[in-house]
Amino acid sequence: MKRKIIVATLVGLAIASLLASFVGCGGGTNPLAPQERLKIATTTSLYDTGLWGYLEPMFEEEYGVEVDILSAGTGIALEYGMRGDVDVITIHDKAREVQFVADGYGVERVPFAYNYFLIVGPADDPAGIKGLSPEDAFRTLYETGSGSFISRGDDSGTHSKEKAIWASAGYDYEEVRTAGQWYVEAGRGMGATLLMASEMGGYTLTDMGTFLSYKSELELVPIVDEGAILLNVYSVIAVSPESNPNTNIEMANNLVAFLTSPEIQELIGNYGVEEYGMQLFTPCAGAEPTS
Amino acid sequence: MTELWDGLVTALKLIVSLNPEVMEIAGRSLAISATSSTIAALICLPLGAVIHSNKFPGKRTLINIVQTLFSLPTVAVGLFVFVLFSRAGPIGGLDIMFTPVVMVIGQVILISPIMLGLTVSALSGVDKTIADTAISLGASGFQTAVITLREARFAVLAGLIMGFGRAISEVGLSLMVGGNIAGFTRTITTTISLETSKGDLELALALGIILIVIALVINLVLNRVQQK
Repeated sequence: MKRKIIVATLVGLAIASLLASFVGCGGGTNPLAPQERLKIATTTSLYDTGLWGYLEPMFEEEYGVEVDILSAGTGIALEYGMRGDVDVITIHDKAREVQFVADGYGVERVPFAYNYFLIVGPADDPAGIKGLSPEDAFRTLYETGSGSFISRGDDSGTHSKEKAIWASAGYDYEEVRTAGQWYVEAGRGMGATLLMASEMGGYTLTDMGTFLSYKSELELVPIVDEGAILLNVYSVIAVSPESNPNTNIEMANNLVAFLTSPEIQELIGNYGVEEYGMQLFTPCAGAEPTS
Repeated sequence: MTELWDGLVTALKLIVSLNPEVMEIAGRSLAISATSSTIAALICLPLGAVIHSNKFPGKRTLINIVQTLFSLPTVAVGLFVFVLFSRAGPIGGLDIMFTPVVMVIGQVILISPIMLGLTVSALSGVDKTIADTAISLGASGFQTAVITLREARFAVLAGLIMGFGRAISEVGLSLMVGGNIAGFTRTITTTISLETSKGDLELALALGIILIVIALVINLVLNRVQQK
């Protein structure tokens, strides 16, 4: 009769899973219910700033769709797009976006907002790079090794920008990576990398939006924030139905129209202004910002 | 130290007030892990009995392999499942990437070796004369297996609970194939990972406490059962 213990455990597990699935999957998110879904892969900065959390319910309500947001670096978001695991991507790496569309994976690259990157670091600026150009700041870090630099190191859009600055400063990135202990690869999202830089008293390259929304947690201040190379443009790209026939192209197009619509553009422009005292994102519906 | 203390206080408030977000995430974690544990148990108990009660060449090697897979890295299973079920993969047509369904599949793969291996070793701990007696009294192979399983029930149960514990506590797999989608595939462990990276420690701590409480309850139940 004691075999009942095992049977009871199994039955208990099964009942628990049923019960919990009602609790856990309440609110219309039952995976078995036929609900139209749109999968978006986004760069971490648009997620960590809370912008997606703010816009998601509006889009869901307007179009009656369940939106699944995957927060990943630009590199992973592009990979998900190429594999057809998501329907639309919002990222910030122009060169790779253009390539993504040219290779037939994306329909069209549509810029919808921009802000600027900045180099942040400890207030006492141990490497003395305040006020320099981004390239000169990197050069000083490399030559003196007097301040640690925390790199995203995750193939994200921000990481791409960092590599672009190293290239513009005349360095081979592979040499930078292995130049010394001052160069640290975090391999994590923007928020986590900022927290790491703060803990380690190092410098890092960040987008303005994430920095502002994490500022209260950080002991970091803006060190270098001027230079044409620091422009940071966010684009939305629908995954092409030619590369992946199963993609929800109709809803992806709705999202592109939604993000570039005048009302949502205004909301993006005003997002966070009250909380942080300055604009996190400048809207630029469909047009490439020039400066 | 104050940060930890403040975090703990806020975490306890979140739990005591049955904060909807905390409850929803904990409920989802339980649902996914209990489902995968049930499926894995339904596969591993019979399979374990079959492996135990039959002699075949390579049996020792098979058991060695299964035992090696106890320490299967969660991210390796995650990668394997991702490549398999991604739309560009061999069975991508199922379109279940980044859903709880694929998380359950991954967890079944992850915990089956533990449940299977521990079932086999539990059965081999049973006095062989019991099986022999059953057979001599005319029991069928199936009946003999059931009798042996019953004799080994505590050790078998411990194996099942080990499997469940690994399923509910793993993070790499859930993150990779679930995608940590809010309200859909976000579990206790992926939330802890995300909230820690955001520097919001209260919710992470609350969920960490819940995870420990779940482990505690399971252990108490197990101890209770074994004392009977």
